[in-house]
Amino acid sequence: MAVFSSLAEKLQETFKKLKNKGKLTEKDVTEAMREIRVALLEADVSFKVVKDFIAKVKERAVGQEVLESLTPGQHVVKIVHEELTALMGSSQSKIIISPKPPTVVMLVGLQGAGKTTSGGKLAHYLKKQGRQPLLVAGDVYRPAAVKQLQVLGEQLGIPVFSLGTELSPVEIAKKSMEQAAAKGNDFVIIDTAGRLHINEELMEELKNIKTAVKPHEILLVVDAMTGQDAVNVAESFNNELGIDGVILTKLDGDTRGGAALSVKAVTGRPIKFVGMGEKLDALEPFYPDRMASRILGMGDVLTLIEKAQANFDAKKAKEMEEKMRKAEFTFEDFLDQLQQFKKMGSFQDLISMIPGIGSNKKLKDLQVDEKEFIKIEAMIQSMTPQERRHPEIINGSRKQRIASGSGTKVQDLNKLIKQFTETKKLLKQFSGSAMMKKGKKGKLPFKFPFM
Amino acid sequence: MGFLNKLKEGLTKTRQGFVEKVSGVLSFNKAIDEELFEELEETLIQADVGINTSLKLVETLRTRVKERKLKDASELKEVMKEEISKILTGDKEKNNLLLEKGKTNVILVVGVNGVGKTTTIGKLAYLLIKEKYKVLLAAGDTFRAAAIDQLVIWGQRVGVEVIRNQEGSDPGAVVFDACKAAVSRREDVLIIDTAGRLHNKTNLMEELRKVARIIRRELPEANVEVLLVLDATTGQNAISQARTFREVVDVTGICLTKLDGTAKGGVIIGIRDELKIPIKLIGIGEGMDDLRDFQADDFVKALFNEEE
Repeated sequence: MAVFSSLAEKLQETFKKLKNKGKLTEKDVTEAMREIRVALLEADVSFKVVKDFIAKVKERAVGQEVLESLTPGQHVVKIVHEELTALMGSSQSKIIISPKPPTVVMLVGLQGAGKTTSGGKLAHYLKKQGRQPLLVAGDVYRPAAVKQLQVLGEQLGIPVFSLGTELSPVEIAKKSMEQAAAKGNDFVIIDTAGRLHINEELMEELKNIKTAVKPHEILLVVDAMTGQDAVNVAESFNNELGIDGVILTKLDGDTRGGAALSVKAVTGRPIKFVGMGEKLDALEPFYPDRMASRILGMGDVLTLIEKAQANFDAKKAKEMEEKMRKAEFTFEDFLDQLQQFKKMGSFQDLISMIPGIGSNKKLKDLQVDEKEFIKIEAMIQSMTPQERRHPEIINGSRKQRIASGSGTKVQDLNKLIKQFTETKKLLKQFSGSAMMKKGKKGKLPFKFPFM
Repeated sequence: MGFLNKLKEGLTKTRQGFVEKVSGVLSFNKAIDEELFEELEETLIQADVGINTSLKLVETLRTRVKERKLKDASELKEVMKEEISKILTGDKEKNNLLLEKGKTNVILVVGVNGVGKTTTIGKLAYLLIKEKYKVLLAAGDTFRAAAIDQLVIWGQRVGVEVIRNQEGSDPGAVVFDACKAAVSRREDVLIIDTAGRLHNKTNLMEELRKVARIIRRELPEANVEVLLVLDATTGQNAISQARTFREVVDVTGICLTKLDGTAKGGVIIGIRDELKIPIKLIGIGEGMDDLRDFQADDFVKALFNEEE
């Protein structure tokens, strides 16, 4: 959230005062925890969960040796991150598949959490894995909910079982099982009406559906933007119904998603999927460590370092630096860099991880169209090795060929070449200067043409 | 059931989750000390009031305690009520929907996915018809599957017409048609539904900007109310939503839905305090008439469970 200065900054402030190395003292930890607490609360993690969490981390952190390479502050953050990840479930959990098909999945949740859409997405996900899901329209209350599921089914080419809005959802669920058996569907996904968790009548209905079809997985669909109430929602669905897992939706927004932590903490059930967009293929597995970073809302220096170390071949980087210094930088190198860079994750994520940049509003809002990467890659790949090494030989007819080979326009290519030449010039100017020696804070060590 | 009673019922959860806790903190013949303030702060945060506003409220209470030389914790409850009421009331004149008879009034309804825009429109149309307005609806959500059908069903229920186009068509075109129709049919109020969009999706927000532009161009004389629908169960992201929507379209009011479903109605205080956008409507139940004009005083009364 833009209003609050980022946690990383706050922590830096706090730790300016704490220069001592060696062991983490109680005072260090207490100072840090105050900021961590605020960060977690701002991310909508439930108050109770925060309290327990802080107490636990504190106990673990006091007296620990500070790693040689880290400041005390960074070390605390590292511990917090580890604990958060652990709490979130240290590994991915998958959907349980019944040995005797069909596997029955029931989606439950509050109104507007995204059950119907998630149902569609889940069916699509399963279909891609070679399953034959059947969607069941069990929301007979919301106007046009049945129609919505039918439209989704049609778009995805997945059958939808519906009996209109006259029969009870329990009946519909029962009948759908017969149909699945007859048609040989190996997955049945039952959409249910959204309800407030306090509505006993509707909760009763869910229980009846549960008794009638004995689902293998009851998945609670939770809006990632849910506030402090997430705990109550999760608790009451879990107590009343017993849930097996969670789908966290609308995570493509800018919410920090503290609800994820709350839900996990009070139910102990894993988050199995996250909804990452409006498109029907935007259902992804859940990664606890990514979520931990997100909730902390910090320019996660540690992760950046880890990622960079894992993906950026040190030797290659060294060679690159040499080349840049001599301004021998070619399109070949550029392509190489681009690919290495891509391995590190989404550009937006990377930007937000760089200290000093994460909080820079202008840069944070910088919209980098990742499709640009693909375009550039395609253009370079359509060049001959000769052209890549000596871009100056690219004349009109070569341009035509490259453009049509990469499915782009000559204008795009011109832009790329122009920017590339300029970057090269810049490199020449900078070669040997401070920037090249040690990537200056806040600046990327290299510059992409479109930046 | 009286108005206030219904409101009270809708706020039962919030009352239990918030006010009763506050009362718990404030009533045990306790002395007013640092610990008390800390407890109060915790209670506020737990009610989704938000860190900033919670800190601010507690700070104000501290000042009042000094000013008025309060000794017992129970006296603080009244002060708290006053302060919450003050935040919620804000600038009184702007607290009602922008509606004028004899003029074209447009209500553009915006918000992220799943907050209850379409349902709100259905209920709002019902509310306005009861007040003898002529109402027209526009199905501007051409994206979500069956959103148009959902609005049409609402239209049938309350007896108003719905201007619509096909799913997947340009929402701008629907809005254009609706503006034309509203004028030629001399409708009092045109309520426009829009697709839910997460506020950080730039292209979708641009689309919304375009819709707003079309309204202004086609109906330059009209009152335009841009109503941002927020889900009361949303946490601190609600503030981020409001802020971004306001940057794109001139949000003039907030409708807070699903208040009956949350124990954390405190978010309403945080929103009002941080954003200074008046809350105009609240949804406190699933029934047709459970959408209400927001009255700060009544709200605080209902929240603190006072008699009518």
